[in-house]
Amino acid sequence: MRAEPKRDTAIPNTITIDGQEIPFSIGQTIMDAALAAGVYIPHLCHRPGLTPHGSCKLCTVSIEGRNVASHTADRRIQASSSVEIDSRSVSACTMPAMAGQQIRNNTPALNEVRKTITQMLFIEGNHLCPSCEKTGDCTLQAVAYHLGMLDGHFPQLSPRREVDASHGSVVLDRDRCILCELCVRASREVDGKNVFAISGRGIDAHLIVNSASGKLADSDLETGDMAAHICPVGAILIKEHGYEVPIGRRTFDLHRVSEIGLEPVILAKVRHTDE
Amino acid sequence: MEHDSPTSYARRVAIDPITRVEGHGKITLLLDDNNHIREARLHIVEFRGFEKFIQGRPYWEVPFFVQRLCGICPVSHHLAAAKAVDQLVGVEQLTPTALKLRRLLHFGQTLQSHALHFFHLSSPDLLFGFGSNLAERNIVGVLEKYPEVALQGVKLRKYGQQIIMAIAGKRIHGAATVPGGMNKPLTIAERDALLVDIQDVLAWSSEAVALNEHIHTGHPEHYGFATLRTNFLSMTGSGGELELYHGGLRARTAGGESIIDQFDYRGYRDILREEVRPWSYMKFPYLLALGKEQGWYRVGPLARVNNCDAIPTPLAETARQRFREFGKGGFVHDTLAYHWARMIEALHCAESINELLHDPDIIGADLVAPHGEKRRVGIGVIEAPRGTLFHHYQIDAQGLIEKANLIVSTTSNNQAMNESVRSVANEYIDGNEITEGLLNHLEVAVRAYDPCLSCATHALGKMPLQVELLAADGALVDRLTKGVSGEITRSV
Repeated sequence: MRAEPKRDTAIPNTITIDGQEIPFSIGQTIMDAALAAGVYIPHLCHRPGLTPHGSCKLCTVSIEGRNVASHTADRRIQASSSVEIDSRSVSACTMPAMAGQQIRNNTPALNEVRKTITQMLFIEGNHLCPSCEKTGDCTLQAVAYHLGMLDGHFPQLSPRREVDASHGSVVLDRDRCILCELCVRASREVDGKNVFAISGRGIDAHLIVNSASGKLADSDLETGDMAAHICPVGAILIKEHGYEVPIGRRTFDLHRVSEIGLEPVILAKVRHTDE
Repeated sequence: MEHDSPTSYARRVAIDPITRVEGHGKITLLLDDNNHIREARLHIVEFRGFEKFIQGRPYWEVPFFVQRLCGICPVSHHLAAAKAVDQLVGVEQLTPTALKLRRLLHFGQTLQSHALHFFHLSSPDLLFGFGSNLAERNIVGVLEKYPEVALQGVKLRKYGQQIIMAIAGKRIHGAATVPGGMNKPLTIAERDALLVDIQDVLAWSSEAVALNEHIHTGHPEHYGFATLRTNFLSMTGSGGELELYHGGLRARTAGGESIIDQFDYRGYRDILREEVRPWSYMKFPYLLALGKEQGWYRVGPLARVNNCDAIPTPLAETARQRFREFGKGGFVHDTLAYHWARMIEALHCAESINELLHDPDIIGADLVAPHGEKRRVGIGVIEAPRGTLFHHYQIDAQGLIEKANLIVSTTSNNQAMNESVRSVANEYIDGNEITEGLLNHLEVAVRAYDPCLSCATHALGKMPLQVELLAADGALVDRLTKGVSGEITRSV
């Protein structure tokens, strides 16, 4: 239970995103406040109800005026990306909302940075949308469309990571993993288990399974677990299903990724049930 | 059949995936000591590798993966793979609605592919003549001179694609099948929308058959053009009738004697072998019973219309009977009769579509059959527009593909295309020089088979093609290249 926000008559509990004044409660992040007000900030690793993770960086926004980046390196990155120098780039999903914050979100410069991040996510894995059963229901794909991504831009890394199909009803295709840790957090925080983790660093980071053999079959993952369904891409899939929701009825045939509160819809589609 | 030992030409012909130029046809003509063409090689240099890179993928992905083999007949690959996947999940019998939806999808696909091939790719050759001005020998030229014909072709293709769109959600590379069934019913509104144009489609298809019959029978010079007497392989229904979706394999000799009949295609390895030759990525399949030298065969519309005892729709059956009369009771071996047979099949597709759209099962909702005992091997075979198509998958205990073997239709026609090219080259070669006329005629011979390569390369009548003439000692005698814009260059 969160504490009631303290009311300060001098400084109202509001932030401003792209000129729109948005109320917030103490303890909320910028993302929480934005979603509550129906403002979309692109994101992949965030999901209401799970601990914010701040790993995908797609929700990067800039806060103007104060707390500007103090490191030269940060400033250089900002300058090269045409992001305002006199601002500070933060992850909206982890940055607490503070009264008076002037936030830029939906700007060409920020969306360009987000597009670049999305391109890097694509080329780092094997995201072959045409044959992937998640196509049309995939949040990464939908975000790419939203940001106007037309190609991968960077050379494909074409990884060859292990496919784990040992589990009776769940398959893990690591080549599609974007390391968002939604499955890690869902398993821990919702399912009360600890099935997944990320191991390795940098380019070698990969999803591992918490079992003696390292195989899904030997973990306590069950089909009903949220961790088995929460993957925003096609890395964790229910076995022997796919393509069951026809083209025209898939999540992003019917919805924009920028719609607020889509999470239950996406989850239902992963369970292969239509709206 | 003539072909060399693998080593004798090993130094002269090198095909490497790195050097491939996608969308170019290349033909090498090998002379003997008397300057006759003893062998022709149509080089297939597009390297796909699907059999390899689906290894390790989950089996239920396969129908979606492999349809990307082609942009003209993806539905054929999708359905052949889906039939194999049905076996993997232990489904022997689809629900009536699912089966009829798949058949409707397949008829729509075959109709649009056949329409594309005749009207867009081949009609310019046939209506203007093989050696006619390149500037008008294309679909734009047909639109100007024969606007009715060209528009009918465009509309037929569009109609076929509308069917695909209604069932698979997209005109190209949609999603229709699930293991043991289909993912979406056909709504009453979708069916009614398709019924609007069906009478026109039947009329256009009938006219296309008449036009092709007229073109073929009216040109005696077409009869022997690139013509070969070959074995034929196709699928037929249980009564020996023309069947495009599911049936038994039938192979007959050139004279019509039965080699196999009503053969369960899941045993195809017992009757077929594939030979690898070092100068092509495309294999050379042959009927085991007849051996490498005699066992090659033709597939596709000519094989099917010759091989079947009847066509189960009345207009196409009448057309088939006229076709057989032309063959004087025997098989029609004329290579250019592929076009005629293709339009007879297009008419059969139109009639079958009409029947299916009036069948109450087509709007049923029972789409998926209960799965049975899982199996490790699935073999799906279908009569694709270009011929018999084999998809064979083996999976491991976890459901991942271990092995895959695909015999695509064009592969089955490989030897026949080479032989047709040799026959035309011998007839039209002028001394030791490759002429533009020869180039055009070789193109027409290859195109009759509607090979995948012609789909990929035949951009509005401007199929880039290179023909090389090699002496008996392997020395280059002549080389003529036609570029994408039709310009001819000679280089020796």
